[in-house]
Order: sequence, then C-alpha cells, then structure tokens
Amino acid sequence: MLKKQRVQSSLPNYIVLTILALFALVPIFILFINSVKSTVEIGKNPIGFPQEILWENFPNAWEKGGYADTVRNSVILVSSTIVGSLTIAGLAAYALARLKLRGSGLIAFYFLVGTSVPPQLFMVPLFVMWRQVGLINTHLGLIIIYCGLYSPFATYLLRSYMVGLPEEFIEAARIDGASNMQVFTKIIMPLSWPGFMTAGLVIGLNVWNEFLFALTFLQDPTYKPIATSLFAFQGRFSRDWGLTSAGSVIMVLPVIILFLLLQRRFIEGLTAGGLKG
Amino acid sequence: MNSFIANDGAFASVRQPSSRPSIWNVLGRWAFIMPLIVLNLIVIIIPSIFGLLLAFTDWSGYGPINFIGTANFTKLFQDKIFFQSLTHNLVWTAFFLTIPIAVGLLGAYLLSSIRRGQMFFRIAYFLPYVIASVVNAQLWRQLLHPRVGIGPLLAQQGITFLDFPIFGTRETSLMGVAFVDAWHFWGFLVILYLSAIAAVDVELYEVARLDGATRFQQFRYVTLPSIRPTLVFTILMITIWSSLVFDYVYIMTNGGPANSSEVMGTYLYQHAFDRFDVGYAASIGVMMSLWAMIAVAGFVILRRRGWDI
Repeated sequence: MLKKQRVQSSLPNYIVLTILALFALVPIFILFINSVKSTVEIGKNPIGFPQEILWENFPNAWEKGGYADTVRNSVILVSSTIVGSLTIAGLAAYALARLKLRGSGLIAFYFLVGTSVPPQLFMVPLFVMWRQVGLINTHLGLIIIYCGLYSPFATYLLRSYMVGLPEEFIEAARIDGASNMQVFTKIIMPLSWPGFMTAGLVIGLNVWNEFLFALTFLQDPTYKPIATSLFAFQGRFSRDWGLTSAGSVIMVLPVIILFLLLQRRFIEGLTAGGLKG
Repeated sequence: MNSFIANDGAFASVRQPSSRPSIWNVLGRWAFIMPLIVLNLIVIIIPSIFGLLLAFTDWSGYGPINFIGTANFTKLFQDKIFFQSLTHNLVWTAFFLTIPIAVGLLGAYLLSSIRRGQMFFRIAYFLPYVIASVVNAQLWRQLLHPRVGIGPLLAQQGITFLDFPIFGTRETSLMGVAFVDAWHFWGFLVILYLSAIAAVDVELYEVARLDGATRFQQFRYVTLPSIRPTLVFTILMITIWSSLVFDYVYIMTNGGPANSSEVMGTYLYQHAFDRFDVGYAASIGVMMSLWAMIAVAGFVILRRRGWDI
C-alpha cells in the first residue's frame, strides 16, 4: 500500500524529468541520424529516421573537411596543453598545499584578479605580442595561451586533492632525506592521480571545444584545430546538411563516448572549476 | 575564475613555519609556484594592462601608437551600435537569470526526490554541456532552418509559429541564439543545484511536512533558503559570463541581421580584427571588464554586509 502510494506520487516527477531528458537528448539524436541521411532526404524528412542509410557522408566529410590534419592538430593542442598545464599546476598546487609559503594569501588574491579578467580585454594585446615574437599560426603559441588560461583551474582542483593527503607519508619520506621535488614526484603525484585525471579531462575537453582563441591565433588552415575548421567547413558546405552533420558527429563522438565512460569525473571537474563551457 | 571567488581563503597557507628557514629553502619553495605565476603574467596580466592602456590610443595594430586621451570612450558613449550591443548583453543576462535557472531548479528539485534512474537523468541533462559550441550551433541551425528544419514540418500540421528564419529575423535573432546557448547550459545548473539540494538536512523537510507544507512550500521555504549560496554563486557566474558571450553569436549570426544580435564580444572582435581599430576595441574590452568588476564587487559587498553567500 505504502509502496503503491510512493510510486503514484513520484509519477508526475518522472513525467517532467523525462520531458526534460527528451529536450536535452532528442536534438543530439537527430544530429546523429541526420549524419547518415542525404541532404535531399533531410529536406523532406528533417527529424525522422533515414529511409536509406548513407554511410558515405562520413568518409566524404573526413576528406572534404581535411579531418586527418585537423584531428592531428587538435590532438597536439589537447595533449600538450594537458601535459603543460598539469605540470605547472601540479607543482604550484603542491607548493600551496604542502610547503609553507609566506604570502600565499597574496597569491590567492592575484588569481582572483587574474582569472576574472575578460579574455576580450587581453586577447588583442596578446595577439600583438604573439605577432612580435612569431607565435601566431603556431601550435606552440596557442598551447602557451591555453596553459595560461587553464592552469589556475587545475591548480585549484589539485590543491584541494593534495591538502587531504595524509601527512605521515610525506613525513616518512622527509626523514629518509627526500627533497621537496622527490616528495612531489614519489609521494604527492601518485597519491593525487584522481585529481590529475579529473583536471586533465576537463582541460582536454575545453581545448578540444575551444573556439575564440583558436579562431584568432590559428588562422592558417594547415594549423586549425577541429573546432574552427569545422566552422569553416560548415560555411563552405552550408547547404549540404548531411555532410556537415557528419562533420559535427566526427567532432562530438569521441567526447560523448569519453563522457559516458567517465561521466563522474567529468561532472565533478566541470562543476568544481567554474570554467565556461 | 569563479572557484577562487567562491572559496576565498582556499589558498591560505596550511601551517605557519615555526622557525625561520634559510633563504635557499624559501627560494626553493617559491620555485614550485613560479612557472604558474610567470605564465599568468605573460598570458593574462601583462596583456591586460597593455589592453587598458591601448583603450586611450588610436592604434590600428600597426605603426606608431598615439595617445588620444578619452576620445575612444567619448566616441563609445555616442555609438548607437555599442549601446545596442550593451542592451543585448543585458537582455541576455536577464534571460539567463530567469529561464535556465528556473528550469535548472525544477530539474534538480524533482531529481532530488527520486531514487531510480537519477544517474540516467543526470547524464542526459549534462550531455549538451560537454558538446562544442560549433556543433550545437550547427545542430540548431538545421533544426530551426526555415526550409529543412522542424518549422516547415510543423507548418504542415497547422502549427506555424516556428515557420520562419529565426536567426535571420531581426526580432528573433538574439533570443534564438540565447535559446541555443541556454539549451546547452541548463543541465550544468541542474547538477550544481542537485548537489546543493543533496546537502540539505532531511529533518528540515520532515518538520515542514509535519507542519502541513505542500511540496511547493517545502521548496520555497526549505530548499531555496538552504541552497542560497549556490544560487547566488550561479547568479554571479551567469552575470559575468553574459558580458563575455561570443561563440554562439559569432557562429550563428555574427551579430546580424543588421546588428540585431550584436553583443559587446562580437562588436569588439569586429573592431579589432576586421576594422583594425585596436584602440577602440580595447575601450570596449575595458567596458566589459567594468561589468565583471561591478558584478564581483557587488558580490563581495553583499558578503561583507553579512549575507550568507
């Protein structure tokens, strides 16, 4: 009796929740089914299942969108930024969490100011600076920028992991004569790997999806990552909906698979940092 | 940016040193944090100061730099399109502060009261948030396309309110783009609110139920006050982010048609990279920073005044 009542009272909840879930998922689902339709069919049947499955859209999009190059460019940007910013942030988080730094309140204030600055304020001067030293249209130039943008977030996340580590391990290592650096590489890093992984996933996702800085600093098509080259591709084939949908799916499929596999970490990291997605 | 605001004091040092360490020891410790500080100086702080200074010049991006005092700002205050853009940012903020927050709260509150399938709904709501702006823009441009979208399909059934070019009509372009951005964003709010609601003391609900509170009253008088810090935090985030909005507008309408969806971010970009008016672009950047500063200052003042936010 009691159970029945509970089921009845939660039924309206489930109805509303399901409507919201459909609102979130159906558009993504339509993107996927449209990626295997011909453009003619999308015109006649914009949201339904395809009558004829056109797998050719994928090799076509891959070819015409130059995905071999853009995926490679994105992978370079993503992996280098993850390695670079996690190294920088890992060291800084260790210092903030475990070494007795005087003036770390000042550092906190510095990052409060430094990370609330709108990108639009510093982007144009940064562009001029990068032009002076020849970093425009180089992956290295954009990687440095991404490391600068995302390492404060990673520092924050890693610091909260490192503060919670048990003091005994570190004391024991110090008694054995380990230096600060050895404590970091031998004790802190292995113990806080979940933090590194979460931060790495969030940074990787942000770099893969990033648009504004990629648009500005990599204008040469040979260096463009997947986001901005997909934008150009959509412009060039704006009437070929099947083709551009396939192009979008190529970009989004790895993200969705990774998200479904590691959703706890993604959600934890993305909601902890307050990075704009 | 926001984590630092919400958790100030998070960087406070763990323990104070008991004895004075040697200078090499201190330098050795600072060496760990130096790469982070140097990188941020180069990428953010120095160009930001440079940006503030450029706002008082007529620089084109090349050649000599002439200081022209506040002429850019005088021009800005008479620039109709700038005010239009600023208004659009305000409309954008108002929209994001109402509908996505309301839907986020609704989703989180309903989700907090169920057990079965909570995980599925969380993943479903969050999924659009991890998808790139270029992809979301493409997806909705097709769905709301006047020829190949759902508009003409619905029109065949006699439902005609979507059967026009939403992104190509001056009256709807801004709200159309805001809708697409909000569709990608609201699930993020659900997750934030859900974790705040999960931390609310269950006994408070018990007491409210014993007092005969309806579900809406429980929400209004127990849930809402209990999650106020998270709520205020998201309001601050949305207010700051709404001044920065760029991707969706640039990708979907590029501010058009006829500046009907122009925002400060796209207007700045146009001046900096299409018209080579770097000085003027920098002055727009200063106005955008001012917006963020006012939002953060308001937050800090309210907190100083003893608001529990």
